[in-house]
Amino acid sequence: MNLPLGIFVDTRTKAIVQGITGSQGSFHTKLMLGYGTQIVAGVTPRKGGTRVHNVPVYDTVEEALKKHEADVSVIFVPAPFAADAAFEALEGELKILVIITEHIPVRDAVQVMARAKRQGAVVIGPNTPGIITPAECKLGIMPAHIFRRGTVGIASRSGTLTYEIAVGISKMGLGQSTCVGLGGDPVVGLSFVEVLREFEKDKHTEAVVLIGEIGGDMEEQAAEFISTEGYAKPVVAFVAGRTAPLGRRMGHAGAIVMGGTGTAKSKIEAFKAAGVEVAEKPSDVAKMLAERLRGKDIFGGAESET
Amino acid sequence: MKLFEHEAKEILSKYEIPIPNGGLANSPAQARETATRVNAPVVVKAQVLVAGRGKAGGILFANSPREAELSSRKLLGAEIMGLRVQCVLVEEKLLVRRELYFGITLDRSSRSYVAIASSEGGVNIEETAATAPEKIVKVFVDPLYGFRPHHARQIVKKLGYMGDQMRELVAIFLKLYRVAMDYDAELCEMNPLVETTQGKFVAADARLIIDDNALYRHPDFQRRLIEEGGTELNEQELKARKSGLAYVKLDGNIGVIGNGAGLVMATLDVVELYGGKPANFLDVGGGASSDKMAAALDLVLSDPRVEVVFINVLGGITRCDEIAEGILEVKSRIGFVKPMVIRLVGTNEEKGKRILTEAGIQVLDSMEEAAERAVEIVKAGR
Repeated sequence: MNLPLGIFVDTRTKAIVQGITGSQGSFHTKLMLGYGTQIVAGVTPRKGGTRVHNVPVYDTVEEALKKHEADVSVIFVPAPFAADAAFEALEGELKILVIITEHIPVRDAVQVMARAKRQGAVVIGPNTPGIITPAECKLGIMPAHIFRRGTVGIASRSGTLTYEIAVGISKMGLGQSTCVGLGGDPVVGLSFVEVLREFEKDKHTEAVVLIGEIGGDMEEQAAEFISTEGYAKPVVAFVAGRTAPLGRRMGHAGAIVMGGTGTAKSKIEAFKAAGVEVAEKPSDVAKMLAERLRGKDIFGGAESET
Repeated sequence: MKLFEHEAKEILSKYEIPIPNGGLANSPAQARETATRVNAPVVVKAQVLVAGRGKAGGILFANSPREAELSSRKLLGAEIMGLRVQCVLVEEKLLVRRELYFGITLDRSSRSYVAIASSEGGVNIEETAATAPEKIVKVFVDPLYGFRPHHARQIVKKLGYMGDQMRELVAIFLKLYRVAMDYDAELCEMNPLVETTQGKFVAADARLIIDDNALYRHPDFQRRLIEEGGTELNEQELKARKSGLAYVKLDGNIGVIGNGAGLVMATLDVVELYGGKPANFLDVGGGASSDKMAAALDLVLSDPRVEVVFINVLGGITRCDEIAEGILEVKSRIGFVKPMVIRLVGTNEEKGKRILTEAGIQVLDSMEEAAERAVEIVKAGR
């Protein structure tokens, strides 16, 4: 067996699913299990004692963790109850939360992030497709077949756009070490900077792709980090929303230019100033990566693809 | 959801934050009555959901009830920055010593709320922050700990107040924080917060934006939005919202539909890159059914400026066959009134493509190619 690769999650990862009996929770638990991900337990209040795809279900996280060892919770709980589910997971000392739920109020999200920070837990999302280390572990709702084991780390604020770019990378003969969706909300747990740090430490990751969009200043912070730290690996970026009007929310709660901050122009300029190549079109990302990684013996090295 | 000034002030008043004497008027006669009751010079303010209405002529002064009636006649039914004035707020004109700013808003970088104050209120606070940052006081709020009296005192000292005035201001700041939290505010501000010539503090203007994702906790406003409108959204945008579609009207002629906010934004960018102008942003979301796809297509086709529709779907949890069925449903109902360019890949791609090609509709594989085609069609139609 190959050594585990990627960041945050690998073959050893054990997860519980909160909201496992709902239609989304149950459907994606099946797909995650099919991918080989270890889902050891599920939690849905009042459904304790049942099973979903043969995974035992408990009423509380506390009970689930008494019977099973786990380090991650994947949360599919509906928005009005999602923050409480996240707090429950944090009180259970889980190290990583993957919050798939969209439409969680910001006031709830800031409290979850503050609590997670206090105990050093990582929150992926909310409003994320999740995280995948191809051929090892998938925690989320992304279509697995478009990813292949490889050396490109991807961090993104969007779902389908990530798939678009990941397909291109896979077709180019490159694959992904880990692909992590930060989430489309204004307040999310992980930033590009934190993911860049992880990818820098990961010896399997040869290059990083950042997929940003309008709103906030996460991309500008990443650019600042890359230039001041002298980031060791090539980074290619794409920023969606160059043509988005000011003050309008573009689908994602977090995709909005407010008071002149968060424009695509500002992000693209910051990246370019930091020496990061910025793709004009999604399909250019794979080409730019291929160019940057030329000469490195990483093409076609995906024999363990699922 | 943006609240009208009068709605925001009603909330502030409920929390015992001083607001000017006055009331809402739907007719000139009512404006006159209110001005009579106030019994002093008044301000007549158009209730529209846009910043900068003062410069656009939306705020008028009146020295008598008769003048208030005339001013409101001018404003009611008029358009201020493209928005129709349905009602006006008639309030006593304050005698101003100083205009302050105080607001609570979300700070995305620190993943927390921030209290912002300035001794120079009455103007755009973002401009002040950019041009004279030394005039801005900021306190970041730990979400698990809250905005506390000593935080308010720190701010008040920096604004230069003490004694009774300090006590009054601290109380107002704490109340506004309470409002911001209780109403799930994305932004809650008093601008200006006026210090009157008597040394009292009054919220002369107030803005409150409720986090859309938290609207279920504020059913009165949710109902108001859905039933009465009264929103910055136009008719199509409101309709989209009711059908669970994310739609933003733009000023071009290429209607765009896709799945996923990032993908649709990128699609708009690529359309512009090839020299086209998108007519709208429309995200059908993840796992859209054929019904939702049909609703999306109907919405885009209802825009008379749309000359071609570009559908860009990459199926993950969305199934291409559902998308195809939705397109066919619209075709069988109203026919193809506008040319369509469709890019369809991903989950159940073969099935989706078969459904469309059998109906004589061509499907493309690359979004760039499809964008180029859409732009060509518009140009050829000229």
